[in-house]
Amino acid sequence: MDEKKLNIKLKIWRQSGPNTVGSFVDYNVSISPDASFLEMLDELNNSLEKNNQDPIVFESDCREGICGTCGMVINGEPHGPLRKIATCQLHMRNFKDGQTIWVEPFRAKAFPVIKDLAVDRSAFDKIIQVGGYISVNTGGVPDANSIPISKEIASEAFDSAACIGCGACVAACKNGSAMLFVSAKVTQFALLPQGQPERQKRVEAMVAKMDEFGFGSCSNTYACEAECPKGISVVNIAKLNHEYRLAKIKSKNVEV
Amino acid sequence: MGWFWKFTNSSIGKKLVMSITGILLIIFLIIHLAGNLTLYWGEKAFITYAGTLELLKPLIRIIEVLLALVFIFHIINGVRVWWGNKKSKPIDYKINAKFKNSSIFSRTMIQSASIIFIFLVIHLDTIWYPYNVGTGAENLYGIVTSLFAIPLYSWFYIFAMVLLGFHLNHGFQSAFQTMGWNHKKYFPLIQKIGTIYAILMAVGFASLPIYFLYFHGR
Repeated sequence: MDEKKLNIKLKIWRQSGPNTVGSFVDYNVSISPDASFLEMLDELNNSLEKNNQDPIVFESDCREGICGTCGMVINGEPHGPLRKIATCQLHMRNFKDGQTIWVEPFRAKAFPVIKDLAVDRSAFDKIIQVGGYISVNTGGVPDANSIPISKEIASEAFDSAACIGCGACVAACKNGSAMLFVSAKVTQFALLPQGQPERQKRVEAMVAKMDEFGFGSCSNTYACEAECPKGISVVNIAKLNHEYRLAKIKSKNVEV
Repeated sequence: MGWFWKFTNSSIGKKLVMSITGILLIIFLIIHLAGNLTLYWGEKAFITYAGTLELLKPLIRIIEVLLALVFIFHIINGVRVWWGNKKSKPIDYKINAKFKNSSIFSRTMIQSASIIFIFLVIHLDTIWYPYNVGTGAENLYGIVTSLFAIPLYSWFYIFAMVLLGFHLNHGFQSAFQTMGWNHKKYFPLIQKIGTIYAILMAVGFASLPIYFLYFHGR
C-alpha cells in the first residue's frame, strides 16, 4: 500500500447533550482519498474508542444517498461543498492535503442538537403526520393505470417526491425555514389525482404544524435549492404559496 | 375573521403581505420617478407637474393615506418577518458559506430596508413636510434644488438609492415567487425585468442629486 494518504485537520463540533455548551475540538486524520466523509469519521471514531475517548455522534443509515439520515454542515455547507449529494456520497478526494475542515451540526431552532453532530429532526415526522399522506380505500384491487396521468405530470410529481427529508434545506436557510421540504411534500400530492381528497386540508395542516415548530418564513434566498442533495426546485415553494393561499380562501375550515 | 388573522400571521401569510404591499410600492416608485424626472426640463416643467397634482389634491390626499398604510404594513410586517426568522436560527455557523448558495441582495433585505427607512424619514421631513404643512408659499423646485446643493444630503440620497436598487432586485422577483407565480416559461423573464427595473429606479432617482450637485448651472 503506497497509496498517498491525505492529512486533514478537522474542527468538529462536540456537545455532550441537548442542554450543554458545545465547542469545536481539533482532530488530525490521515485518510485515503477514496474514503467517504462518513468512513473518515468512522475511522476517527475507531481511534477515539481505542484511546477510551467518547466517539463523535453522527447519524447515517443507507450510505448511498437515498435515506436522508446523514447530514452535517461541512465548511459552512450542508452535505459539503459538492452539489446534489448527501454527506455519505462525499469523498475525501474532494479535499486538499493539509486542508482544514469545519464540521458543524444542522442549525435551526426546530432542530435542537441531541449530541455532537446529531440533531432532532422529529419535527419533520410530525409535519408528515398531519398531512403527508393520502387516503386509500380498501377492497378489490383496482386495475392498473385506471387513473389517467400524463407522463409530464407523473415526472413532475416524482421530482417533488425525490425529497428524502434530510433537513439540509432548513440547515442552509438563514431563516431556518422548512418551506422546501413542506412544499415538496404538498406539491407531490397536489399534482396527482390521489392527492385531491385531502388537498386543502393537507396544506393548511402542514403549514400550521411547520409554524408551530418555529421554522422561519421563506425569504426567497434559494439557498435551500442550492444545497438540496436531491435538487428539489424552489418552484415547489411557489406552488406551496399558491396552494396555501387558495386553500385559505376556499376552504370552509375556520379553525386552523 | 379569526381565520383571516391566523392566515396573515402564518409564515406564508406574512410573506404574502410583503408581496402585495411590495408590488404596490413597485408601482408607486415608477409614478414617483416619472414625476421627478420633470426636474430635468427645468423649473417650469417641474412646477407644472407639481401644480397638476395640486389640482387633484383631494384625490392625492386619499392616495397619500393609502400609500402611508401600504408603507406601514410593509415596514412593520417586514420587521416581524425578520425578527421571527432570526429567532428560527438562534445559532449561526462558525464557517459561513452563504455567498456560495445565495445572492447578496437576498440576504441583505433588512439592512437595505433600514437605510431606505432612514432615507424615507429624512425625505418626508425635508421635502413632503415643508411643502405640505408649510405656509403655502414654498416653491417645491426651490426646496428640492437647495437640498440637492448640500453634498452630504445628496450623497446620502445616492447611497440610499443604490441600496433601493439592491432591495428591489431581490424584492421584485421575490414578490412573484411568494404569490406562487413561478412558471418555467415566465419566471426567468420576471427575474430579468426585476433587475432592469431595479437598475432603472436606482439610476433614475440617484441621477437627480448627481445632476444638481455637479452639473446643473455650470
